Amino acid sequence: MPTADYLPRHSLSHLFDLLQQHGYRLVGPQVIDGAILYRPLTAVDQLPSGTEQVQQPGQYRLIQTDSSRRFSWANGPQALKPLTFTPRETLWRSQLHEDGSLSFHETPEPATPTAVIGVRGCDLAALALQDQHFADDPYYRQQRDALLLIAVDCSHPADTCFCASTGDGPDAKAGHDLALTELDDGFLIRAGSERGKNLMTALPLTAASHASHQQAETQYRRASQQQRQLPTFDPAQLIHLGGHPAWDAVADACLSCGNCTSVCPSCFCFSESEVPELDGTASSHQRQWDSCFSEGHSYIHGHRFRPDTKGRYRQWLTHKFGSWVEQYGRSGCTGCGRCISWCPVGIDPLQVLAQLGDEPPTSN
Amino acid sequence: MKSLMTKPRIAVHKFSSCDGCQLAFLNLGEALLQLNAQVDILHFLEAGMSDAEADVDIAFVEGSLSTPDELDRIRQVRAHSRYLVTIGACATSGGLQALRNLDGNHDDWRDAIYARPEFIHTLKHVKPVAAEVKVDLELWGCPVSSAQVLAAVRALLFGVAPVDDRDRVCLECKRQQAVCVMVTQGVPCMGPVTRTGCGALCPRFGRDCYGCYGPSETAQTDTLARRFAGLGLLPDAIARRFLLINSQAPAFLQTGRVFHRSPARAQPPGDQDD
Repeated sequence: MPTADYLPRHSLSHLFDLLQQHGYRLVGPQVIDGAILYRPLTAVDQLPSGTEQVQQPGQYRLIQTDSSRRFSWANGPQALKPLTFTPRETLWRSQLHEDGSLSFHETPEPATPTAVIGVRGCDLAALALQDQHFADDPYYRQQRDALLLIAVDCSHPADTCFCASTGDGPDAKAGHDLALTELDDGFLIRAGSERGKNLMTALPLTAASHASHQQAETQYRRASQQQRQLPTFDPAQLIHLGGHPAWDAVADACLSCGNCTSVCPSCFCFSESEVPELDGTASSHQRQWDSCFSEGHSYIHGHRFRPDTKGRYRQWLTHKFGSWVEQYGRSGCTGCGRCISWCPVGIDPLQVLAQLGDEPPTSN
Repeated sequence: MKSLMTKPRIAVHKFSSCDGCQLAFLNLGEALLQLNAQVDILHFLEAGMSDAEADVDIAFVEGSLSTPDELDRIRQVRAHSRYLVTIGACATSGGLQALRNLDGNHDDWRDAIYARPEFIHTLKHVKPVAAEVKVDLELWGCPVSSAQVLAAVRALLFGVAPVDDRDRVCLECKRQQAVCVMVTQGVPCMGPVTRTGCGALCPRFGRDCYGCYGPSETAQTDTLARRFAGLGLLPDAIARRFLLINSQAPAFLQTGRVFHRSPARAQPPGDQDD
């Protein structure tokens, strides 16, 4: 018996309905302020339609086409990270009582079961890294455990993408509950979990034609042919290249603005602070996204260990591509290319890595 | 700090300014009543209290030093205050009126604008407060936000040093999940070199930051100016990006001067100004 693995385009709404019947809040890609943003939605027609994009170093533009495809773009500035690692949240509150004693209360936000539609392979791989890092973090776990992930294989990688070379895309490889391959007139669908399998049984699926499978195959092959590739380098050696002149060149070009780390789906650094009430009897202890490009990130007991841009860029790159391997068993980069597109001055870390792989010039 | 543990006395002084930063107090709403319960406000003309000579624990100073009279007055304020806190761009870096420092045409402008210039007694060079007296804390912004002012007051009431958040706007912009206007629209945003405190207000409304909170830590102003040139800005327009509200802040002044009145300013004035 042929597998029922094809969802006609007009039946995508059945998936939306099914998820909402199961009590999920839906979050999916939408065109907002000139970018693809993942925001709550309820209906298929809120998804992009015929939207494609051009991404270059320091540049991101959407293009409108006549296509009826919903997922014919690579990615936006964020996808899953803000859903699980909240940009700013209160961890606990402290209260001063009349007898002078203090009490502390954790304040985890109750999580709403959320189905995210349109997740990319690169973002699933980054989520797996964040799962490792925040394994014992109750605030992260609570949001994370509420997620149902519906991936869509990437059919239109941007010029900044290099997921094929990191092994994390363009298709969804692991960590999804359902994965779709968008074709001209519908979707191939596959389950990645028991929850996904159960959902599939309730959808109006048919057996995909041979032509559909062929189209998917061709599409996958094309999406894998990406302009950018991770250069060959030895991760363990990066940290020993502190004196390489490539760091001076990139520090001269870098704004130290931290946008690369903010859009990176695996970057996890945060700072914590107290936000007291004006009357001084209560205070919220907050954490917020921080960046290794901020002065506060390397501040310890009256000393800033990385006062300049050079030290900060070196920290970012050697951690992301070098010591991350030691820490988490793989590089922190999943090839999404966001750090290239969303860098206001268009720095390409792959070029820096390539320069580091070259022998330092002996003279100017 | 011991005296602050009782009921601290506060003054709010105005110098050359638009009064907008004082509104950070007046716009507090209910919090203003709470504040009033925590402190004694002795001098705050805009709110109706007048005792400029009173000894206070904290003096908030709005405005720049723009007249000879203000030079005397700020020394008086300093002498009567335990802590002096500047609020806003004018008090902290000279503000808009410090644009007069750039041209050296103070007398020409005065004579052209005022019917009776002989009654006008102004300084040729506008100064931030810290150029004349010791300042204990600077709150940047045009205007400062109520949250900044309250956080500073609260910290002083606790007897701790207020947090000096020098992060750049970009970090807050991404926390707010605003879409980068420079990357998506190619507009020259000052966010990468400007300190936060505004909550990335302008980018959240789809426009570029114009640097009203002054320079952030490690402000890479020369690098950003090169990027502006790459986006098509002519030298005079680049200068105007840096020499606007915080023209006397050293990081902005240094880069702005490189492009100010450079030979390539043949374009019609105001063309690329916002």
